[in-house]
Amino acid sequence: MAQEDVKLLGVVGSPFVCRVQIALKLKGVEYKFVTQDLQNKSEELLKYNPIHKKVPVLVHNERPINESLVIVEYIDEAWKGKSILPADPYQRALARFWAKFIDDKVFGAAWKSVFTVNEEEREKNVKETHEGLQFLEDELKGKFFGGEEYGLVDIAAVNIAFWVPLVQEVAGLQLFTNDKFPKLYKWSQEFLSQPTIKECLPPRDPIFSFFKARYESLLASAK
Amino acid sequence: MSMYIAKSRLSYIHTNIHRTQEIVCSQIQLFNMTPKILSKDICGRSWNTARCYILDPFVSLACRKTKSEVKLLGAWPSPFVMRARIALNIKSVSYEFLEETFQPKSPLLLDSNPVYKKVPVLINQDKPICESLIIVQYVDDVWSSGPSILPSEPYDRAIARFWATYLDDKWYPTLRSVRGAKGEDDRKKLITEVGEGLTLLEDALNKTSRGKDFFGGDQIGYLDIAFGCFLGWLRVTESLTGVKLLDQVKTPCLVKWAERFCAHGAVKDVMPQTEKLVEFAKMLMAKMAASTPN
Repeated sequence: MAQEDVKLLGVVGSPFVCRVQIALKLKGVEYKFVTQDLQNKSEELLKYNPIHKKVPVLVHNERPINESLVIVEYIDEAWKGKSILPADPYQRALARFWAKFIDDKVFGAAWKSVFTVNEEEREKNVKETHEGLQFLEDELKGKFFGGEEYGLVDIAAVNIAFWVPLVQEVAGLQLFTNDKFPKLYKWSQEFLSQPTIKECLPPRDPIFSFFKARYESLLASAK
Repeated sequence: MSMYIAKSRLSYIHTNIHRTQEIVCSQIQLFNMTPKILSKDICGRSWNTARCYILDPFVSLACRKTKSEVKLLGAWPSPFVMRARIALNIKSVSYEFLEETFQPKSPLLLDSNPVYKKVPVLINQDKPICESLIIVQYVDDVWSSGPSILPSEPYDRAIARFWATYLDDKWYPTLRSVRGAKGEDDRKKLITEVGEGLTLLEDALNKTSRGKDFFGGDQIGYLDIAFGCFLGWLRVTESLTGVKLLDQVKTPCLVKWAERFCAHGAVKDVMPQTEKLVEFAKMLMAKMAASTPN
């Protein structure tokens, strides 16, 4: 059997990289994590992702795959083991829909709510985040978005479970709370405590400090 | 009798039951109408608590007829709607096309796509599927005995998905903003970006087609559909700006590919004529100019 060569170009602390790590771990794939310096992008990163120059990039037998959700689907298709996407076509369509919704409508708005100095923009993004979270709250019917076991949507939502509470604390915002979104909050606690997920999460304190520093320098540059 | 008419009528009936209890109800049987299609706000509560049955020949006939029909809610100028139509055509699926009214958005649209309230929406056995690329993949999954739309190899699928995402997230928004560009400098910069994107796509075509006619190889596939649907609007932009974007010199393979794509059996009847799109674009631009203060 040919030796599989799997590399993940990423940074510790990126929610998009984390998604890929979860998927690889679920499938039991051994890989090499190649830490990138995003302020000083490596030749390897520029070679494997010339268009976006971003992480994560999965390199499988020298072939690069970009975009976290595209990578997660690729991992599901390329390796046997626990399924990430459902088997039923309609359920698959729903899973893809909600995963994309998280990126298009929720996470982006949540990020912009925090990392802005414009009050109007903040208000607009907070409102959009709340609307998005409400849709997810309503959509969550079982233990996980994937049902009894977590799947694509849960993995995509790791951004919301771990990163949104972290950055909202940085800015002192109330974006995702137990009061406003009790089902979603309960889901996030359950999901983050799953052994596979826990092992893929970055350490909270250094990431918090990193984003706090970024937030403070943003405020300082606005003055 | 279209399901759309049936549902509009149904929503009228239920709204009126909810408001005025004097309305006398007789019996109706709903065939295969799942609560997902009928909005909770419109009839959920009144249906569950009042248990009203209404005999409406309109509705019951429509329900009987539309038990297993495939419907596509869309709009003729939309490239995203075109994607769904091409996919259904490739699989030779008969479907009913429902032209969305907009202004206001129809109850069917608001009901079946409450998150985005946009077309296309595919409704198969009363189940709505939204977002054009998700619809295309769904069609490929469900009608698996027809010609394949996505490539068979996981890596090729990932590449096709990557480029489709690029088209939707970066390239098409840039193309759209050319029409609304403020000033010549802005327009030139956006046109350059569109051109750079086309060069990348020319390269992608050479890599993925492996010498064949389409991104998908011998037959049109996922990326052909994802990109080809924009050809009409690309030509509109060329017509309005006087700039040739798809260029024999810079993107010769794409030029040939575009001709083949537009002539393809699954595409030619659903590709709107450029002249009609230009008229439509001018109308939109006039509307925008009228509503924007000076």
